[in-house]
Amino acid sequence: MTGWSDPAIWGIVAALGIGTYAIRFSFLGLLGNRVFPDWVLRHLRYTAVTILPALITPMVLWPEATGGQTDPARLAAAAAALAGGYLSRNAIVAILSGMATLYLVQYLAG
Amino acid sequence: MAISTPKSAYLKGVTGAVPFLLVVIPFGMLFGVVGTEAGLNLAQVMGFTTLVIAGAAQFTAIQLMVDEAPAIVVIVSALAVNLRMAMYAAALAPYLGPAPLWQRAMIAYLNVDQTYALSHQKFEDRPEMSVPARVAFFVGCATPILPIWILATYVGAVLGAAIPPEYALDFAVPITFIALVAPGLRTVAHVAAALTSIILALALGWIPHNLWILVAALGGMMVGAEIERRATP
Repeated sequence: MTGWSDPAIWGIVAALGIGTYAIRFSFLGLLGNRVFPDWVLRHLRYTAVTILPALITPMVLWPEATGGQTDPARLAAAAAALAGGYLSRNAIVAILSGMATLYLVQYLAG
Repeated sequence: MAISTPKSAYLKGVTGAVPFLLVVIPFGMLFGVVGTEAGLNLAQVMGFTTLVIAGAAQFTAIQLMVDEAPAIVVIVSALAVNLRMAMYAAALAPYLGPAPLWQRAMIAYLNVDQTYALSHQKFEDRPEMSVPARVAFFVGCATPILPIWILATYVGAVLGAAIPPEYALDFAVPITFIALVAPGLRTVAHVAAALTSIILALALGWIPHNLWILVAALGGMMVGAEIERRATP
């Protein structure tokens, strides 16, 4: 992370801290008595399942650690994490499945 | 049973939250490791973890900073990950809205995935709880979660420097994101939203400054919301 000065990093920390607090306070604090339109709630429900997949797709397909070369071990690890998390409904199971698969395939491939 | 007094409600909150430490400790440590490896110093890692207190958004910010995205894209993308918390606030408002402003201000700071999920479930199950008992339950949930989250991050940040690259921890970030998303793929709408977002991310990767992330996510959200709207009469 070469391009970031200390003030820039702290600026991001502060902006995220204040912005996140504002989001958390919003409807509990100032807007508590207002009716939240259904269509907004409907969209908010899908923020986590859309932003994160968009962000990780290139990381999975073209990992930086292999210089952008698609890596079978990392693909298998991602698939295992997805399957583990989907079937168990448990984030820790997903992480363990993914990392175990990554190490296993890397080990088998030498 | 005596969940009616604030004290018993507080203790119920504490005991209810303890199992969630199994999730909080590894995530906190992982953020400490990843943040340190990305080049943040200890104070900056701890600044993130105490002021933002939102693992997914913190990982998002770090990843985009490593990718050298512009600061505004880092901030907007990470805040977009946290927009779900507006939904949490809206869902808690009917139960906690009558509490004094200072208590609601404190609850807002403590409103993370785990405290929200536990409290909302409890308030729904026990509509007879008084407002002070609800506040006490919520604070009870936060009592183990928040300090342990901060401590786990610290431990991860201190240990992080000692972990050799063979452990391929670069890939812990996408694995963690998948782990956060996969259990949430509960309905056709959720799956369709995620798939749309992935396809758009691949198709729109040419949009500069990592803005494709927001465009892809917005497209996914619209698909998810539309499917849900058609499914509900």
